[in-house]
Amino acid sequence: MTDPGTDEAHQRRFDAMITAEERIEPRDWMPDAYRRTLIRQIAQHAHSEIIGMQPEGNWITRAPSLRRKAVLIAKVQDEAGHGLYLYSAAETLGVGRDELLDLLHQGRQRYSSIFNYPTVTWADVGAIGWLVDGAAITNQVPLCRCSYGPYARAMVRICKEESFHQRQGFDILYTLARGTDAQRRMAQESVDRWYWPSLMMFGPPDSESTHSEQSMAWNIKRFSNDELRQRFVDMIVPQAEALGLTLPDPALKWSAERGHYDFGTPDWDEFMQVLKGNGPCNRQRLEHRRTAHEEGAWVREAARAHAAKSRARQRAAA
Amino acid sequence: MADQPLWEVFVRARRGLSHVHVGSLHAADAEHALRNARDLYTRRQEGVSVWVVPAASISASAPEDKDAFFDPAEDKVYRHPTFYPVPEGVEHL
Repeated sequence: MTDPGTDEAHQRRFDAMITAEERIEPRDWMPDAYRRTLIRQIAQHAHSEIIGMQPEGNWITRAPSLRRKAVLIAKVQDEAGHGLYLYSAAETLGVGRDELLDLLHQGRQRYSSIFNYPTVTWADVGAIGWLVDGAAITNQVPLCRCSYGPYARAMVRICKEESFHQRQGFDILYTLARGTDAQRRMAQESVDRWYWPSLMMFGPPDSESTHSEQSMAWNIKRFSNDELRQRFVDMIVPQAEALGLTLPDPALKWSAERGHYDFGTPDWDEFMQVLKGNGPCNRQRLEHRRTAHEEGAWVREAARAHAAKSRARQRAAA
Repeated sequence: MADQPLWEVFVRARRGLSHVHVGSLHAADAEHALRNARDLYTRRQEGVSVWVVPAASISASAPEDKDAFFDPAEDKVYRHPTFYPVPEGVEHL
C-alpha cells in the first residue's frame, strides 16, 4: 500500500469508479481524505439523530392524547434507530462505535445545530416534524445516491421512515390550526420559531461552504446547500398555505422569472453562535447525553455478565 | 464496546426469499443480538426471520483481487445460453 505506484493505480481505479457512478464498498481502497470526510459526515449525522431524540422526548409524558403519545414514542424510537444505522455505516470505515460516542461526549464531533433549540410548546413537536424533518428529507434524499454504499443504503431506510415523521408533524399543526384561537396561535408561534433555524439546516451559503466542492466531486453530496434550501422553500410554501399558517419571512414571494420562491437571508451570526456552542440548549443536550450514557452503564455491564455466565454454563455442560 | 462484539444482521423479508444483509449492531451474545436486531431492523414488519452472525466469523474475498479472483469465469461465455445460435423456426429451446 505504501508503494506509490500501487497507490497511483488504486487512485485511478477509485476515480474511474466515481466517474462511472459506481458505489464504493467498505473493503475497497479509498483515498484517506474520502474516508475521513465520510467518517466525519456520517458520525455527525448519527450524532444528530441521537441528540435529536431529546427535543421531542421532552414531550412524550405530556402528549395531549394516548394516540399522540404512541406516535411520538415511535418517532423518537425511529431517531434512535437512524442513529444506529448510521453508526453501523460509519464502522465499516474502520472507526469504532465507542470511539465515535467518546468524540460526541467530549464535544469533538458535532451534531446538527437545530437540536440546540428548545421545544417550549406541544406545537413545536409538530413544527419539528414538518419543518425540521422536512428539511432533513430534502437533504437526505440525494444522499440515497451517495457514492459510499453503506451510507447510501442506510439513507434509503432512513428516508422511508422520515416520511412518517414529516406527515405526523404536519398532522399536529393541521389539527392545531383548526382548533381554538389559542391552539392556532400556538401553531403559528411555533412555525415562527422554527422557520429560520430549519433554513439554516442546509448549512452556510455556497460561497462560504468549506466542504462542499470536494464532496460534490466525490459524489457524496449531489446538490449545493443553496440549491437544497431553495428546493425546501418551494416545497413548504404551498404546505403552509394548506395549513392556513404563515411563514415569518417578509421577503417570501413567487418569482415567475426564476420559477422559484424568493426568500430572505437567515441570521448567519446566530447560526455561527449556535455552532460555536452558544445556542439555547447546547450544554443541556450534551450533558443529558453523557448522563444517559453513564446511567446506562449498568445495563451494558449486566449484558456482559449475563453473556459471560451463559458461556461458562455452556462450557460446563459440554 | 470491544466486549460487545459486532454482529452482522440478515433479514428474510418474507417466505420464499433469501435472507439479505441489512446492517450490523453490537451485542454481548447471540440472544441479545437477535433481540436488538428485531428492535432495530424490523420495526415495521420488514422480516419474518433474522440471522445474526459475528462479524469476525465472516471470511470475504479481497476487493483488490477482484480481477484475478473472478477472472476464470470471464472467458467462459459458453456458459450462457445466448452463446448458442438457434436456427430460425426452432422454438422452446
